[in-house]
Amino acid sequence: MNIDWEIIRESVPLLAEGMIVTLQVSALSAILGLFLGIMLGLAALSKSRPLRWLVAGYVDFIRGTPLLIQIFLVFFVLPSIGIRFDEFWAGVFALSLNAGAFVGEVVRGGVGSIERGQTEAAMSIGMRHRQVLVQILLPQAYRQMIPPLTNEMISLVKNSSLLSVISVYELTRAGQAIISVHFVPFEIYTLLALYYYVLIKALSWLSARLERRLPAW
Amino acid sequence: MVSPVIRVEQLEKRFGENTVLRSVSLSVLPGETVVIIGASGSGKTTFLRCLNRLEVPDGGSVWLEDETVGGTFINPGGRWRPMPEAQAALQRSQFGFVFQRFNLFPHLTARDNVAIGPQKVRGLSQADARALAMKELARVHLTEHADKRPAELSGGQQQRVAIARALAMKPKVMLFDEPTSALDPELVQEVLDVMQELANEGMTMVVVTHEMSFARTAADRIIYMEGGIIAEQGPPSQIFDAPQTEGARRFLRHITNR
Repeated sequence: MNIDWEIIRESVPLLAEGMIVTLQVSALSAILGLFLGIMLGLAALSKSRPLRWLVAGYVDFIRGTPLLIQIFLVFFVLPSIGIRFDEFWAGVFALSLNAGAFVGEVVRGGVGSIERGQTEAAMSIGMRHRQVLVQILLPQAYRQMIPPLTNEMISLVKNSSLLSVISVYELTRAGQAIISVHFVPFEIYTLLALYYYVLIKALSWLSARLERRLPAW
Repeated sequence: MVSPVIRVEQLEKRFGENTVLRSVSLSVLPGETVVIIGASGSGKTTFLRCLNRLEVPDGGSVWLEDETVGGTFINPGGRWRPMPEAQAALQRSQFGFVFQRFNLFPHLTARDNVAIGPQKVRGLSQADARALAMKELARVHLTEHADKRPAELSGGQQQRVAIARALAMKPKVMLFDEPTSALDPELVQEVLDVMQELANEGMTMVVVTHEMSFARTAADRIIYMEGGIIAEQGPPSQIFDAPQTEGARRFLRHITNR
């Protein structure tokens, strides 16, 4: 097999451009997804039954449909009812909506695993349900939520490659553009795999550091 | 005639098929220390938890001074209407509750465990809440441990922080649910001492415990529970020296021979 080293040398900076977009999309979606997920998780633990059903229905829908279809729904269907984005923000929006559902489940599980005595003690000093969740249960759940949240963030970065189908010029799309001109799939897909791998390694390392720094009690 | 702090009328509680409380009635007067004894499964812990509605009773009513706990009767003897959550929560804070397993908030320092209630529930400023917390910690002799987290404290110290946390809400009555049962034997006395001090200061207290020497010295009245009813009650001298029921005799013989 002949490896085209010249094309690899030319591709590295081109792919780096795509990598930057992948990082932007992932970071924005992570922030929005975490925010949405915490809201959804707390809503799933609220006293209001309609709210809990609404969240359960949303999570069920996200889990029960392919992300690719969710991306198409956001990109093609929402504009037809008057909600318009460019492909970048459509991509961020779709990934956030998807990640939010899974993060919500992590939050619900984490908060739900704190022992019952904590809730009773908080109630006994007069806290309301919402205060118990936010002041007492959520802060205790942070640390144990880090590993499953890291998994969700890793999925998010990998899933961002699907945005190539709506022409977001992220890492995968940038690679495909090179392949379509030079027809060098072996070199470029190998490079893409390496780029993603390094990105995700860095993410795991950051997460492990964060977990160590959060206090354990 | 002094009106009671707590008045319990025909309290009923079932867990599925199992009836735990059968029409229990009791009044506790201001400043009184009532100690509830009885074998495990006699309903004493459930009774205590029904007072501040950590358990919701299936029947009967609890009065805190002149208001019903957890709701109101629309007309006397009529339909029951539960309170809005905010009001019920505030009312619950009028009962100081001390748990067998302390249940301190592990992510907060001793001071903040005590301050969080006054700050978040009573609406004190953070500075005022912390000042109050230091006062309550001094009351349980833990001033020098204020900045420690629960994991850095012994069981006896943790339980005293838990008592301070309850006191900071300015409760009308303190409820103790076997407060020394989870402690190593050498740590029991420091908690009992604090409780004795509270009783001497005139705090109204209901205490579920197996510490018979504490019951004898601190209690104004002993309640002996058996099978979900109050089988016998009276001053400590009567219950300990001349129990009237066979159940109480057997229970006391068993517990003092341990």
